Amino acid sequence: MARAISTRRKLTFSILGWAIGLLIFFPILWTFLTSFKTEGTAIATPPQFLFFDWTLENYHEVQARSNYMKHVTNSIVISVGSTLIGLALAIPAAWAMAFSPTKRTKDVLMWMLSTKMMPPVGVLVPLYLIFRDWGLLDTRLGLVAVLTMINLPIIVWMLYTYFKEIPGEILEAARMDGASLMKEIVYVLTPMAVPGIASTMLLNIILAWNEAFWTLNLSAANAAPLTAFIASYSSPEGLFWAKLSAASTMAIAPILIMGWFSQKQLVRGLTFGAVK
Amino acid sequence: MGSITLQKVSKSFGTTSVIPEIDLDINDGEFVVFVGPSGCGKSTLLRMIAGLEDLSGGRIVIDGKDMSNEAPAKRGLSMVFQSYALYPHMSVYGNIAFPLKMDGQDKAAIDKKVRDAANILNLTNYLDRRPGQLSGGQRQRVAIGRAIVRQPKAFLFDEPLSNLDAALRGNMRLEISDLHHQLKTTMIYVTHDQIEAMTMADKIVVLNAGRIEQVGSPLELYRNPRNLFVAGFIGSPRMNFIEGAHAATLNAATVGIRPEHMRISTTEGTWPGTVGVTEHLGSDTLIHVQSDGIGKITVRTDGDFPVEHGQKVFITPEERRVHRFDANGQAIQ
Repeated sequence: MARAISTRRKLTFSILGWAIGLLIFFPILWTFLTSFKTEGTAIATPPQFLFFDWTLENYHEVQARSNYMKHVTNSIVISVGSTLIGLALAIPAAWAMAFSPTKRTKDVLMWMLSTKMMPPVGVLVPLYLIFRDWGLLDTRLGLVAVLTMINLPIIVWMLYTYFKEIPGEILEAARMDGASLMKEIVYVLTPMAVPGIASTMLLNIILAWNEAFWTLNLSAANAAPLTAFIASYSSPEGLFWAKLSAASTMAIAPILIMGWFSQKQLVRGLTFGAVK
Repeated sequence: MGSITLQKVSKSFGTTSVIPEIDLDINDGEFVVFVGPSGCGKSTLLRMIAGLEDLSGGRIVIDGKDMSNEAPAKRGLSMVFQSYALYPHMSVYGNIAFPLKMDGQDKAAIDKKVRDAANILNLTNYLDRRPGQLSGGQRQRVAIGRAIVRQPKAFLFDEPLSNLDAALRGNMRLEISDLHHQLKTTMIYVTHDQIEAMTMADKIVVLNAGRIEQVGSPLELYRNPRNLFVAGFIGSPRMNFIEGAHAATLNAATVGIRPEHMRISTTEGTWPGTVGVTEHLGSDTLIHVQSDGIGKITVRTDGDFPVEHGQKVFITPEERRVHRFDANGQAIQ
């Protein structure tokens, strides 16, 4: 028999759920609304919620003042590029750790994760100097390289957990059937791990898309992605709330739409193996 | 050709020795069964022959060539796994074709071989299905199909029937034996089920704690077990073992007598006893008798032998079928 839940209980939890959801979503909603206000209304007290003169002026101006498409292209190249290179490196690495572990495998995994615990600013100066000397400053190649490196531990970790779910006997069968290591990974392991690989890819694209510290510090104009585009509207005086909001909305829109369409895949991947 | 020779093959994990040195000859075309209780090292031994497990010592020679350090695929052997290990993302066709694809054969040749194998195994109507849409027996047949198409020197089976229900297990046993007669390829079959071993094998290798206890044909092992372990392991129900004074009268530490090698009577006989549990199998009846001074004895008798719980009976062993063992558990000839 299904557990009986009273209507009142359902109602309470529904309201609570919606309240928390709205609270979390509010900053995005507020940014979105502000992007349609004039600079004056944007900073008005008391703040105006829905009843103001809606205008597209900010969007016009933002597009006139900066090259949005260039930043979008940079963002796509950097996030997708770093993710694909990261996957190409991480799949064999995760294979090795999941199916051919040594006594130190857990330590290696921990060590990789520990690099994420260090504040990035700690290596900013050396990395900046290396980038300067190698001519990588403000290049897409440089940003792809740095984002690949900083997200690699997360990709390896995620793939490792997915690969652990795949029975080793199937890979042994492939070995008996004459598959070389590379073919075993390409024809057997990868297709079986598609849900896990897909969600790792999506999550990593989102992480790379929103990464601001390195992209802001290592790019200026040519390779600047959308994070730099947003940042160019934040001034210490804080006079351009509406334009900043318009820029932000335009910057997060593509990734938000992608996330919306792929949410099924994302959730499936993130809970992969949890229920057999 | 498919003769396999193990020379002083050993395996240890760290300091734990799983298999001390083993020597074994498997002739071309033979159906060899490795049998033993779980944890006796039979699967490890099979995996070492397959190349999935490294040797700690010794050599594995296949058709006269030392293959001890060759990659699994280079050994020319096919394996059927306990879990079937089918590729879940490929169709039945894709699964069977996979080893041929890896071998770089052309499409037409692959197609012909896959269809031939499917024909032998009654899988023709299922070629487009995924493994997830098949029953246990069908999956098992796909796994066998994948093994057949490579035309290996030998097939290795790792407890292939243990995931099937009893009826299906009986069928598949026949199918595999049939396949062996058709293909005449060497087969090595690992099981813990002595019935599978007895019914299928040309040669049984009884393993215990990594050691070979005895090698021989099913009937050799049944008639002349070399020691207590083999005597107790081969045959169902188990051989009765009697120790103490009764054994001493026959100059042995232990005597063994199989349930089917005793006569039971309600009027006269050598050992008196009381009937405990009776198991009616239809054709046979198994009677568990508590005999004074001897202990529990299982007797196999006719299906229609009239007997009741608590009844007094007499048991008479067939003298020439009594096995004698010394204090070390070795058979006395």
